[in-house]
Amino acid sequence: MSSTNIHVLNPSKWVALHADYLYNYTISRINNQDLAKDIVQDTFVAALKAKENFQGKASERTWLISILKRKIIDHYRKINSAKGKAEVKMNFYTDGDREGEWIEERVPSSWDNEIEKDINNTELKEALEKCIGALPEKYEMVFRMKTIQQFETEEICKELEITSSNLWVIIHRARTQLRKCMEESWFKN
Amino acid sequence: MKLSCDEATKICDKNQYGEASLWDKIRLSFHLFLCEKCGMYSKQNTVLTKCYNKQKDEEGRKEHCLSEADKKHLEKEVKARI
Repeated sequence: MSSTNIHVLNPSKWVALHADYLYNYTISRINNQDLAKDIVQDTFVAALKAKENFQGKASERTWLISILKRKIIDHYRKINSAKGKAEVKMNFYTDGDREGEWIEERVPSSWDNEIEKDINNTELKEALEKCIGALPEKYEMVFRMKTIQQFETEEICKELEITSSNLWVIIHRARTQLRKCMEESWFKN
Repeated sequence: MKLSCDEATKICDKNQYGEASLWDKIRLSFHLFLCEKCGMYSKQNTVLTKCYNKQKDEEGRKEHCLSEADKKHLEKEVKARI
């Protein structure tokens, strides 16, 4: 009657056993400690409410992660629909005769200082973090996942339920914005 | 064959992750040959990728732990609902 493969839930041990793992999982997707803590807590609360639905097929941790994944998508949807401030500055004309051409003030200007020798500079790191942090949340999240955390394109698309062309538009806008920001804060003397 | 600057720089960005198709790369080279602005973008993009890679090595996949205080707080929230 009893199968050895049946997993059971033990909520009183959740924090000790899984909290760090869930937190780490969250922070590599949402680079904000307070938000990540809230999401982990929400996950535990949602899991407690849903514990009657647990069938014991997956391990406790896998089950908790599946709930956490929903919370992360919910967060992404929320920042995605926060229109207005969620948009990056326009870099190219979007209509008229000049559609697809550079908007004058966004055109790259030449950089004087040689970057290669500065790459270990902590000030460079700070300037970069500041520019990434200045991106609208949605762009920051996708850019970090792709570039800093190095998730596969397919993995990001699956997790956030977006298409790959959607992802590349976001990456493109983020990088164009970052180029401009780094030009102003670092490369221009 | 012809790309707008918006499309060209988009392919250029994709190429930074090694994910642009061969056809896209051909079209991009053609565009960069003719367009100085995007040529500049492309050159700077390579520099930026080096910066991002540096950041990636330091920040990516870092282990993050909750503090004891955070865990106590979580513990309380969970136990109150069991």
